[in-house]
Amino acid sequence: MTFAIRNIFLFGLMALALVFTGMYQSWPLALTIVNMALISAIMALGVNMQWGYAGIFNVGIMGFTAFGGLAAVLIAMPPVPDAWAAGGLGAIMGLMLGAATIFAAIIVYRKMAPGKLRGLSIALVIIVGYWITSMIYGPATHAISRVNPAVDGYLGGLGLPVILSWPLGGLMAAGLAFVVGKVALGLRSDYLAIATLGISEIVIAVLKFEVWLTRGVNNVSGIPRPVTRPVELQTREWVQALAERTGLSVSEMARVVELVSYAALFTIVLAILIWLAEKALNSPWGRMMRAIRDNEVAARAMGKDVTRRHLMIFILGSATCGLAGAMMVTLDGQLTPGSYEPLRFTFLIWVMVIVGGSGNNWGAVLGAFVIWFLWVQAEPAGRWFMDTITSGLGPDSDLRNHLMTQAAHTRLIMMGAALLLMLRFAPRGLIPER
Amino acid sequence: MDILNAIVVLSNFVLIPALAYGSQIALGALGITLIYSILRFAHFAHGDIMAFGTAFVILGTWGLQAMGVSFGPLPTALLALPLGIAVIILYLLLADRMVYRFYRKVKAKPMIFVMASLGVMFVTNGLTRLIMGPGERRFDDGERFVFSVREFREWSGLAEGLALRSSQVITVVVALIAMALLFWFLNRTKSGKSMRAYSDNEDLALLSGINPERVVIITWAIAGTLMVLAGTLYGLDKSYRPFTYFQLLLPFFAAAIVGGLGSPLGAIVGGYVIAFAEMGITYAWRRFFNHLLPDDWAPTTMLQIIPVDYKFAVTFAILVLVLIFRPTGIFRGKTL
Amino acid sequence: MSEHNLPPGDDVMLIGEAMTGGYGGGPDILHDCTIAVSKGEIAVIVGPNGAGKSTAMKAVFGMLSLRQGQVRLNGQDITALSPQARVRQGMGFVPQNNNIFPSMTVEENLEMGAFIRDDDYRATMDQVFTLFPILRDKRRQPAGELSGGQRQQVAVGRALMTRPSVLMLDAPTAGVSPIVMDELFDRIIEVARTGISILMVEQNARQALEIADKGYVLVQGRNRYTDTGQALLADPEVRKSFLGG
Repeated sequence: MTFAIRNIFLFGLMALALVFTGMYQSWPLALTIVNMALISAIMALGVNMQWGYAGIFNVGIMGFTAFGGLAAVLIAMPPVPDAWAAGGLGAIMGLMLGAATIFAAIIVYRKMAPGKLRGLSIALVIIVGYWITSMIYGPATHAISRVNPAVDGYLGGLGLPVILSWPLGGLMAAGLAFVVGKVALGLRSDYLAIATLGISEIVIAVLKFEVWLTRGVNNVSGIPRPVTRPVELQTREWVQALAERTGLSVSEMARVVELVSYAALFTIVLAILIWLAEKALNSPWGRMMRAIRDNEVAARAMGKDVTRRHLMIFILGSATCGLAGAMMVTLDGQLTPGSYEPLRFTFLIWVMVIVGGSGNNWGAVLGAFVIWFLWVQAEPAGRWFMDTITSGLGPDSDLRNHLMTQAAHTRLIMMGAALLLMLRFAPRGLIPER
Repeated sequence: MDILNAIVVLSNFVLIPALAYGSQIALGALGITLIYSILRFAHFAHGDIMAFGTAFVILGTWGLQAMGVSFGPLPTALLALPLGIAVIILYLLLADRMVYRFYRKVKAKPMIFVMASLGVMFVTNGLTRLIMGPGERRFDDGERFVFSVREFREWSGLAEGLALRSSQVITVVVALIAMALLFWFLNRTKSGKSMRAYSDNEDLALLSGINPERVVIITWAIAGTLMVLAGTLYGLDKSYRPFTYFQLLLPFFAAAIVGGLGSPLGAIVGGYVIAFAEMGITYAWRRFFNHLLPDDWAPTTMLQIIPVDYKFAVTFAILVLVLIFRPTGIFRGKTL
Repeated sequence: MSEHNLPPGDDVMLIGEAMTGGYGGGPDILHDCTIAVSKGEIAVIVGPNGAGKSTAMKAVFGMLSLRQGQVRLNGQDITALSPQARVRQGMGFVPQNNNIFPSMTVEENLEMGAFIRDDDYRATMDQVFTLFPILRDKRRQPAGELSGGQRQQVAVGRALMTRPSVLMLDAPTAGVSPIVMDELFDRIIEVARTGISILMVEQNARQALEIADKGYVLVQGRNRYTDTGQALLADPEVRKSFLGG
């Protein structure tokens, strides 16, 4: 029982830190941290499935998250009929032709005997396929991007409720993970790492440059929301009454209500995921996964299809990250391909998992909260720190001004230090694996 | 049909830039491969430490420029190289003392080393941005061109122009010198041979009286030197931005793996393979074929296989092909 | 039982006396085990699988911690020294597996053997080449590309580069053909003739005992029989239990 008490204590401390943030900084800030921490917790759960259950080293989390985020656009944005008329069919057909080309090449590879003839045939299939594909795909996507480029220039989405994008985001990431896993799993762990690093950069490149699909660096904004806007909330009587009773301004109260509704949605998703993950972990399946992780050779010798199991868990974990990606775009209300950077969307999640305790779902959640809280609060802390140590230099000092403008970057140093210290002195994390 | 013009246009847009870029990748991949074969882990902090070291070269360059020192037609940055190299070697040795040595002692799994290098990556990244900020910096000075497009046209009388930038020449020359010195060191000196011995068979190296800590120190020193060289040359040739340097991790690793992880020669070959493939596949070949083919055969499209935006996809595709068909790489590196 | 019936003489080069111990904190594998070799002699350790043959040799070389007993080289107590320090004191060791640097040339392998020497080692290398002429021909080839028997020659040659007074070989003929085995044993006799003591663990007990001046039969980490090689070969009990009749 001491274990459970310790964990409750740790989560309690975290809650206390958030409450203090609300009381002394602002409640919207505290709730913003909570919302992003909830999403990060889901991502950390996904990584924990891969690393903690199965020992798969995935450094392409950003790619799966961003790809899942695309689902929010595809589901919720209204379709752009002119763009569809201009080249919708061509773009879709181009994609299908591209897939067919790869598929055909694989079939040729499988069916033909090894030799020069096979190599030539594959090359021929790829060249012809590529040529046909680009003849259709190129003009179509170009036409789409020229349809009213200032606001549209892309196909838009299906105009459905944005919540539907969450499962779709998971599915899309799962599909991507299937392809990546088929190729790279079964290789050595550091090769997989490089492969996932590469795929995540490619996904970001696709989001940035396939303008017909994502508007690229022009961003898609104004994605419909699953909760009521603060502007509307302000007019509601109960919000006004609540504001009066708590002493917050009405606008602040409306923002708080909005954030709480998001938090409620996210908490439901997280709760379901944890429930599923815990159930899986303690099932025979979960025990098998951990057995494979701890001794792959023995597991193989016992007749377990290790590569297949790894593929499965790789897909599940990546799907979880994709789901989180769609949730994040929903929360932001916009898809900004230019804002994805690996340090924040891949490696910070890793810090969360390691600090929280790899192999333990609750650890991953706690890690996500602690690290995200520190990540946000480190910015003012870094500024304060720089202000203090350079205060002797006087306000005109170039060094002081430089350090003050770059002070936010101290949080990177903090995160690195947290990771290194945990790895060295508490490698099992805040809540160790049972 | 005009072969000469075709060759000139190809040299200007593909061959020469790829040669320079390939040299930069090769230097980075050499560091990756050396660290891998001696310390036996994938060094994820490589790109960021490269950015950190280059930051000191840039600071040194600015300092020298402020003092009125210049290197004639050559970039002042070359004079500041020793400063960057010294700082990075000290930094790497400090990181080794504070982070990696412990895991060596407890014989931790390679993945733990990789995690630790992620921590070092974060810290280094923060330090670099604290010093330089996240933005782009240029620090090249001296003569920009060995000869420019205009000069070449006047000299040759050809329709197509060819420019040779001094940064490209400097890159190739410095890289070749560094590679030659490295191979001399590894194959001809006692310390270099002891490094290869340690990489080949750690236990037997210990038995032969080779001091592993010394080997590790030498390895960091060489890798650090290569990092600063690669970073400075890349910055002179293109531009300096910490995030771009982080992204170079992918071509570095791809080159090292394609060549055969653990094989220095492989890292070099891999670097050029990646660079030429990236440049060749993202280049619009229309102009090249315009010169080669008769007028009525002239291509109507750009003949660009994929847009430049997807250069990572080229690197990635090569990597995947090698991993599937020849996982040990071209030069049969080790498979630990 | 003929335990300790050959008390170590005055010219004993290396002795591990009454050794008891095991790997790390594990259980004892050796129990009061004594192994000795005199100058220019060949001593062979044989015994069934799991008898602790290799362990006994590793104990002599300092690769596991002894709880009791001591190791003396040339009369000097070296029990507390690390394997590396023992190499400096004049012990050469050829492990059973991974005993060469595969990507380095034969010559470089020998150079690495001489790593701790600061003087000119070319004469020693010449001696090794005289002993193993095939290595001279292949000196520029990577050792990993050689045949099994040639690799063993490289391994022995590497260990000889420090000019050791004792050479220890862990199952040098494991996995090589009978012809190559005979050749290797011939070379080992030649090495012993130059005054170097040889201590060797062998699976091929009969052939090894034939060239042995002294043989140790170990069973479960204890000395079972100790005698000259010929005497052990002639002992019907030893033949029956350990040499397959």
